[in-house]
Amino acid sequence: MKSLPITIDGVSKAYGTYVALDDVSLDIQAGEFLTLLGPSGSGKTTLLMALAGFVRPDSGKLLLGDRDITRLAPNKRDIGIVFQNYALFPHMNVLANVAYPLALRKTPRAEARQRALATLARVKLDGLAERNVAALSGGQRQRVALARAIVFEPRVMLMDEPLSALDKNLRETMQYEIRRLHDDLGITTIYVTHDQREALIMSDRIAVMNSGRIQQIDTPQRIYDRPSTRFVAEFMGEANIVAPGSVRRIDGAEASRETLMIRAESFHLDTKLVGGDGVALEGILRAKAFRGENWLLTLALDGGQEVLVCIPAALAGGCAELAAGQRMTAYAPAAKVHAIPGATA
Amino acid sequence: MTVTVDPALAADARRERRFFLSLSLPALFIVGLAAILPILWIIRQSFLTTGGEYTVGNYAKVLSSGLTWSALVTTLELSLGTLAICILLGTPLALALASARPRVANVLMAFVMLPLWTAILVRTYGWLVLLRRDGLINAALTGSGLTAEPLPLVYNFTGTLIGMVHYMLPLFLLPVYAAMRDIDPNLIRAAASMGATLGQVMRTVIMPLSAGGIFSGSVIVLIYSIGFFITPAVLGGGKVNPLSTRIERTLSTFQDWGSASVLGILLLVLMALIGVMLLAARRLLAQNTVDAPHA
Repeated sequence: MKSLPITIDGVSKAYGTYVALDDVSLDIQAGEFLTLLGPSGSGKTTLLMALAGFVRPDSGKLLLGDRDITRLAPNKRDIGIVFQNYALFPHMNVLANVAYPLALRKTPRAEARQRALATLARVKLDGLAERNVAALSGGQRQRVALARAIVFEPRVMLMDEPLSALDKNLRETMQYEIRRLHDDLGITTIYVTHDQREALIMSDRIAVMNSGRIQQIDTPQRIYDRPSTRFVAEFMGEANIVAPGSVRRIDGAEASRETLMIRAESFHLDTKLVGGDGVALEGILRAKAFRGENWLLTLALDGGQEVLVCIPAALAGGCAELAAGQRMTAYAPAAKVHAIPGATA
Repeated sequence: MTVTVDPALAADARRERRFFLSLSLPALFIVGLAAILPILWIIRQSFLTTGGEYTVGNYAKVLSSGLTWSALVTTLELSLGTLAICILLGTPLALALASARPRVANVLMAFVMLPLWTAILVRTYGWLVLLRRDGLINAALTGSGLTAEPLPLVYNFTGTLIGMVHYMLPLFLLPVYAAMRDIDPNLIRAAASMGATLGQVMRTVIMPLSAGGIFSGSVIVLIYSIGFFITPAVLGGGKVNPLSTRIERTLSTFQDWGSASVLGILLLVLMALIGVMLLAARRLLAQNTVDAPHA
């Protein structure tokens, strides 16, 4: 199967005065797994629906390969979609649901049946072909929806928060399975989610969206470690945005003059674990909480700002003995201290 | 494994069931009084002569009369004609309402429901004003030169059909609209994303999923139109005589309660036959929806 690159060029969409998409441009490579990540109302689903053809942009262009699909009807785009609520046809059984796109393409009955069964086996639903859709569990419905979206070998696959209705354990299993399916098929995939962990686990690249704009587009690691804006830093995990004055270099050299982002889990309590070019933050312990795999300490810096410090339970020998109100210092290695130009603490 | 049942708890459960059943007693009483008893009375009446003796003569007289059979045909023509037009007009209308934005849909729905708030007699005479030879519609048609002669729109089958469709359409529309509004819009999007054209979406998704509503609407329309009286009486001009007007004629002109009762029973039998056919149709429909559509 040959998958295609996607080009989104200056796409805008407004509903009255509400701007859902604000001049969004994005290039997705053939075979890439790209995630649109953002809070609700950030425009990620609107962008996905514009690609699918269910939202007509006010301006801009959408290209599938070299082909301009901006004005193409949804049923001519050849895009597989997995909907948030699965959108399985309740009046058809599992096999009929999966064979539906083939039936539309006038595939001979026997061949359609055989291909649908093969696709069902691929998503591990062998033996459920004759089952009524209503008799399936959430995870099984999810797999039927996946099978139906890939059975007609579309060039591109769009997924709109497909795992949000599943419980946590099943969600994690499905994350790996969807990613493996993508790798097997090599199909260009755009995945929408508001779950940053899901985005980090699954994606080749993540586009973080907020207020109809793409804030940053990069690999999961760079998005997490090197966020370009305060919004991205805070959306991706427990981030401390620290004013330049609150930080000193361990080796006594002059500290950075920029606003810094330090993730809670980048801290150590032992200065020996951090190089001399690392930074130290001093303050008073306000609160501590045991979270199973780690301890979360809340440190009030001298300037009054509160900083979250997360210490893995395996390294947190002394944490249990710490008492609120006591003065302490947290250290972070230089590699984990990231300057965010233009941000204020 | 068996669970020993505490008799006190079992008694509580029984008492609860009995209480909820007893809530339906007033309704059952009224139905019994208002529906079953008159039917029994009509059945008895159909076997009595005007003198009060038992006879099957009423049946022989009514069933051998050509007027009865032509009335039966007229009843079927009116009912099925009304139903067909309701399906043809109502289904697309319901689809438009269901896919309109909620506010627009509410306004349109109010317009559709407006006739239901008007007395049937007033509405029927309203159609008379519109459809007469010198009525508004014919005046407009001849005035604009579209037709040379006024069209015969009333005091005939056409006029009766127009009046009946006007009455039945909202009744048909309501269940169909409800069924279509309940269809998840993502199903339609999903079908389109897989390559379905509008026609294919209609045939493979919208129609099967609103079949229940169309079925209910059809049952309502048939039940109402089989015994419909006022519209044929006013707009039919004496030329359209379904069973209902025959019953009225038999009573008012001949005071023949026996024959009128036979005609009434004929209506009941007709209704039962149609009910059985509809149920069978629904069975078939349900069996055929699971398989993949070959669009």
